[in-house]
Amino acid sequence: MTVSELIDKNIFTLLNDGGNHDTALKGCYCCDLLSIAMGHAPEGCIWVTVMNNVNTLAVASLAECGCVVLACDVVADDAFLAKAKEQNITVFKTDLPVFDAALKAHECL
Amino acid sequence: MSFSNDSLHFQYVVSKDDFTHAGSASSDVKNKLKKMNVDAAAVRKVSIAMYEGEINMIIHAYGGTIDVDIYEDRIVMCLKDTGPGIANIEEAMQEGFSTAPADVINLGFGAGMGLPNMRSNSDEFNIESEVGVGTTVTMTIYFNPA
Repeated sequence: MTVSELIDKNIFTLLNDGGNHDTALKGCYCCDLLSIAMGHAPEGCIWVTVMNNVNTLAVASLAECGCVVLACDVVADDAFLAKAKEQNITVFKTDLPVFDAALKAHECL
Repeated sequence: MSFSNDSLHFQYVVSKDDFTHAGSASSDVKNKLKKMNVDAAAVRKVSIAMYEGEINMIIHAYGGTIDVDIYEDRIVMCLKDTGPGIANIEEAMQEGFSTAPADVINLGFGAGMGLPNMRSNSDEFNIESEVGVGTTVTMTIYFNPA
């Protein structure tokens, strides 16, 4: 599944379209500790987290995550959205808990 | 940027508590390596090691500089801060050991994986520290031949 296809599935609310439509999504990854995510998030993953600060996006960019899903209805503030736009990172949000969000995404892969 | 006989040299300034720009130096180096067609595995190791170092300087140090030298076969990153220094390096290198304050933990840091991640992603790793003076970490990562 590509990022574009995940957008089209409409299972999550799209907060920022990073333009990486053809990026292949290879799996889901759940983590809220950024140093753990930095070392372990696989390239091209759907990263599901509740950590809604700009450092999440720095890690997502450096680890080359396919997209970020903010779970549990956490709020993305203006700084977060501006950074996502600047870094061309596709970001979704959902009111689902982390596990349920990852499961839902996984079922689409 | 400057040129020596056999490397490209870059220097980045890292400021204490500047979480807004955390990762910008690492991101810049990553982009440079990708443009130079360095293999993806090495780029990922550099990204992880340098980002962790950058974050450590922002959280724990009074600020400092990162000097990066890119050679044909390797990258050398020298992170030098101006204190406060690490009293017990052996303890600081243990996975899970952290002295990060609560506000930093709330940002998602402070898992005690910074220095261990830096060491495990480096092919050569050296740390020297003196309390009241500062800490210098030097990391070398070799590129895989194409």
